[in-house]
Amino acid sequence: MSADRAGADDRVIRTGIPGFDPLVGGGLPRRRTTLVVGGPGCGKTTFALQVLIHVARDGAGGIFVAFEEPVDQIRENLAHRGLSPEGEPPDSLSFVDARVPSTVLRGGDFDLAGLLQGLGERADDLGAGTIVFDALDVLLASLEDSAAERRELYRLHEWLQDSGLTGILTAKETEGGPRYEFLEFMADCVVRLDLRTEGKAAVRGVRILKNRSSGHATHESPMIVTDRGLEIVDTASVALEHRVSDDRVSTGIDELDRMLGGGFYRGSSILVSGSSGTAKTTLAAAFADAACRRGEPTLYVSFDESAPQIVRNLGSVSIDLESHLDSGILHMDSARARPGSPEEHIVRIRSLWREHGVRNLVVDPLSALEKPGTHLAEEVGLYLVDLAKQEGITFLSTCLVEGSDIESTPIGISTVADTWIHLSYLAQAGERNRALTVVKSRGMRHSNQVRELVLADDGLSLREVYTAGGEVLMGTLRWEKEEEERAAREEVRRNAEHRQRQAEIRAAEIRSRLETLQGELEVVEETAERARGEARREQRELRDRRRRIQELRTRGEEADTDRTESEGSDEVREASDA
Amino acid sequence: MPEPVASRDRRSRLSLRLYVAGEAPNSLAARRRLERVLEDLDLESLELEVVDVMQEPGRVLADGVVVTPTLVRLAPLPERRMVGDLSAEDRLRQLLHLEGPMS
Repeated sequence: MSADRAGADDRVIRTGIPGFDPLVGGGLPRRRTTLVVGGPGCGKTTFALQVLIHVARDGAGGIFVAFEEPVDQIRENLAHRGLSPEGEPPDSLSFVDARVPSTVLRGGDFDLAGLLQGLGERADDLGAGTIVFDALDVLLASLEDSAAERRELYRLHEWLQDSGLTGILTAKETEGGPRYEFLEFMADCVVRLDLRTEGKAAVRGVRILKNRSSGHATHESPMIVTDRGLEIVDTASVALEHRVSDDRVSTGIDELDRMLGGGFYRGSSILVSGSSGTAKTTLAAAFADAACRRGEPTLYVSFDESAPQIVRNLGSVSIDLESHLDSGILHMDSARARPGSPEEHIVRIRSLWREHGVRNLVVDPLSALEKPGTHLAEEVGLYLVDLAKQEGITFLSTCLVEGSDIESTPIGISTVADTWIHLSYLAQAGERNRALTVVKSRGMRHSNQVRELVLADDGLSLREVYTAGGEVLMGTLRWEKEEEERAAREEVRRNAEHRQRQAEIRAAEIRSRLETLQGELEVVEETAERARGEARREQRELRDRRRRIQELRTRGEEADTDRTESEGSDEVREASDA
Repeated sequence: MPEPVASRDRRSRLSLRLYVAGEAPNSLAARRRLERVLEDLDLESLELEVVDVMQEPGRVLADGVVVTPTLVRLAPLPERRMVGDLSAEDRLRQLLHLEGPMS
């Protein structure tokens, strides 16, 4: 076998499993061994088959060595999963039945040298680059001796290293056992598949326990099985691929948009929690309505009421979903009576949104999936959050909680939701009023603000609430408080008016006094002016008289005419009068 | 590589094939043990083929051999298989359809 049959210097082989490769730095380590472990039915064989088929589609050969299942069954599995739509797997793939049937007598120690020799020749013939040893644990168990197991694992390990093949070993093994320890040691990459049962439903996950050749994700990622095989849905890897949108979409309530700084972020996930009757559906519908008005295809999945019921109920608060249904922009899916595992729900919801090119998704209420003692709703919610994120869909889910206790909201979903709105009832003074709290809102301005949610004939609105003695006031109490405040404002206004009037009166008084004084002033000034004028005239006359007297004296000395005398006598008389 | 067929004086016909992997210890042990047991038997006719899969790797997948050594009883029918170094002699005798060594 030539060591470089694996071809290019590419370090990894792509698995073709949606969402998986980012978890292991781009793919499984090429020409190295990957161990896939997990309990029965967790998808180990499907994982290996998917990789092998993907590799074969790229033109490379592969060998599948089956230690547990009959080869026919594996081919069926392929066809069933749609992994081999042609019906038959590609010629470049070889399936080897390597079961040791129970009818075979055990007669002492044996080994895999012969099998490996045979597989080496087959790999050369096919030009295979990848080999799967499926259910290796079954073979190892048949050795009935732990020393022999270890020896055969060493043999296999060495053979894989020498062959230059990319190896995928699957083993039904729980973490920590002695067999696992050596398997884990010989593998460069260890993938653990998990299958838990929640109620009647299967919940799947995948975790990378080890990857020598590159970094890897350390958390468990949700996994689903679709008709195409395994699929990983993972926010951590999604976050790297999808930039956070700055675009805002309306909540359907103007005041709420303002509270959130413009609305929800497009592509974010929103959780609306609350007890029964707190208007979760109304809030969800307001969001859907706003989305449809923007002309964005929207999917409304209801697990509770039927679509006609919802449409009818919302008419009473002026939310007209019917016209959106008629125009085809809104799609409603009533999943109430439909039983199913989380996977089935998720796969159906996703195929619906893909079919309709949906931009916004409402699931109402997610909690309807909850069965006692399970976390189904949470699991479905988490998957959907991840899947919606991957496709940039704004996703609003509602969640029924017992009582008005915010703490009873499922932890997981409220943690991953970008925005969490909690609705509650406050009973005060014989009234029940709805309170809306923005518990958290990633990347938005918020501060656990509480508003009263008011449902009226003309639609939804939010009102400021008052706090008194640490209690939020709503309804009548709020009205009373508002009245009080209005009265206080009125008082302030009246006081101001009074002061203004007083001031105006005073100003008028001052003005009138000013006018009087002005008059007096003018009189005084006039008198003064007249006095000044008289004084000036007197002075002038005095000067004239003196000049005349001077002239008269001069003329008298020269003994002049009558005219001069008469003038002179006049002047003298005047002067004597003054 | 077919080994020479060993013939013994015995009433029934027995046809065996032993797959071995070269000089592997358990393969050598199986061959030694089989030959010794057969030697002790008074067989009318015996066919024994020893296949070294290191020399004929194609036989492994073609003949459905998973582990070595593997002993196949081809006749009398039905075909029966036994894996291992044949240290479990009672089981080997069972396979060979013998209650015990003939006296």
